[in-house]
Amino acid sequence: MSKARHSTLRTSLVHVALIAYTLVALFPVFLTIVNSFKSKQAIFGQPLRLPGPSTFSLIGYETVLKQGDFITYFENSTIVTVVSIFLVLLFGAMAAFALSEYRFRGNTLMGLYLAIGIMIPIRLGTVALLQGMVASGLVNTLTALVLVYTAQGLPLAVFILSEFMRTVSDDLKNAGRIDGLSEYAIFFRLVLPLVRPSMATVAVFTMIPIWNDLWFPLILAPSEATKTVTLGAQLFIGQFVTNWNAVLAALSLAIFPVLILYVIFSRQLIRGITSGAVK
Amino acid sequence: MGSLELRNIRKSFGAQEVLKGIDLQVKDGEFVIFVGPSGCGKSTLLRSIAGLEDVTSGTVLINGDDVTVAPPAKRGIAMVFQTYALYPHLSVRDNMSLGLKQAGTPAAEIDVRVAKATDMLSLEPYLKRRPAELSGGQRQRVAIGRALVREPELFLFDEPLSNLDAALRVQTRVEIARLHRQLAATMIYVTHDQVEAMTLADRIVVLNGGVIEQIGSPMELYNRPANLFVAGFIGSPQMNFIEAARIGEAGATIGIRPEHLSVSPTEGRFRGKVIHAEHLGADTNLYLETENAGLLTVRLFGEHRYTADDIVYATPDPAKIHRFDANGKTVVA
Repeated sequence: MSKARHSTLRTSLVHVALIAYTLVALFPVFLTIVNSFKSKQAIFGQPLRLPGPSTFSLIGYETVLKQGDFITYFENSTIVTVVSIFLVLLFGAMAAFALSEYRFRGNTLMGLYLAIGIMIPIRLGTVALLQGMVASGLVNTLTALVLVYTAQGLPLAVFILSEFMRTVSDDLKNAGRIDGLSEYAIFFRLVLPLVRPSMATVAVFTMIPIWNDLWFPLILAPSEATKTVTLGAQLFIGQFVTNWNAVLAALSLAIFPVLILYVIFSRQLIRGITSGAVK
Repeated sequence: MGSLELRNIRKSFGAQEVLKGIDLQVKDGEFVIFVGPSGCGKSTLLRSIAGLEDVTSGTVLINGDDVTVAPPAKRGIAMVFQTYALYPHLSVRDNMSLGLKQAGTPAAEIDVRVAKATDMLSLEPYLKRRPAELSGGQRQRVAIGRALVREPELFLFDEPLSNLDAALRVQTRVEIARLHRQLAATMIYVTHDQVEAMTLADRIVVLNGGVIEQIGSPMELYNRPANLFVAGFIGSPQMNFIEAARIGEAGATIGIRPEHLSVSPTEGRFRGKVIHAEHLGADTNLYLETENAGLLTVRLFGEHRYTADDIVYATPDPAKIHRFDANGKTVVA
């Protein structure tokens, strides 16, 4: 093979492509963070310039922390996201285990039914969801959001996890049965630790749309006590005047919690994504 | 303690019947091996005994108790799998003790049993390691150790040596034989390798297409096969089958084992040309194209100087000829 000759050229091409993509992807984030540290004139005057001594200003952050109850918004977003991820992983993994492990009538049909949720956006059902929440008195509660997000995340979770669970060897589960483990113990103590990387993958894919969502908080839980960060940031966007400093500061702050969650999951995530590819 | 009785076991997957009425009695302390070609139902039968597979009909008795619907853990069995099936995230010690912990055995008792199994299998240096840090042979010893600590009525082995290389296979085979003598435990063992079956078993059960073809000691199967299938399956190289009419014998088919043919360069019953010779040192295998008996395999002991294209004469030992009728059943002379 002429691998040695071509490898430098090929790697550099790959790197150029990857770097270009990284720049494109990071540019809006960069712009948001940079401008959140600038005064209003500077944001409009030189949007691309880094904050200098004359343009540096923390006015945005001050506004955010003073006006509105941003600590509560962060709390709400975190509670909704973490509880939803937990429920999606728990129920998704359980459903995936049942689908991949047990032979029963309608198994394939059930799997398809669960997978259809990936293709049909949950927002199509907004009116019905709202009616349901009104009827059950859940409007303006975090529970409403958690329920909707759990439903939204489950199809993909079931789909990905059942594929991974099929790869766990039958002999291993049978060895557990002979050792007297119950089906629950086999699930929690043998199968879950083995599919942990794929759980992290699902967690990340579930987490980001929930954290960033504006639609359902706006419709189902717009009250002051239940606002999420993305909804809270809308406070500064007016019909005629927008407080860009505050909006950018709020969005910059909103990046960090997801970043922290991502770092927690990322090691596992990379193993989850590549494990299929390497084998 | 540890007898097993199977009464008319049947198992179907959908419309396909995999086990077609298996009856078997295994005495306490016996080493019984199921052999057969792949797809004959031997693994399914073992899994039915273990309770990992529900039987469609029939009864499984272990020690005289009907365990047909009992869960695997309540049957007093332990199983060793072809793929080892060790818990990858647990240390060797935890792998061995998990079942006992689950059953609520006191910690002191667990320690004693693990120590005993560790000692028997020389696993002492590996107790703290994870399965991924062990070689194939060591993993299989841990899997056997996990079975030992359960102190079961019945040991079940599902092709335990198939994933090991040739040298380790022999070594582990000897180890299993030693364990069987030491423990005097009842063992059921599934394999497709007839050498394992012949060397380990007290009795061999030959399965084919979901039915038992014959049950007997290794030498019974070798010397008195009940039918064509068993005759062809046991023994290596395979028995030569000749149409009886072609050589003027009674019956439908004549069977002669390769080692029961003698060869002479000058005279004998079947004249033929050597088409291939295998020199193995201890044995020499000749493949002959004969004029009236077709293709014959001859196994000679020791070294011989025959090479391809030599003309030789093969003569069967008249006392060791097997005769089969038109249905493939052995005709008793």
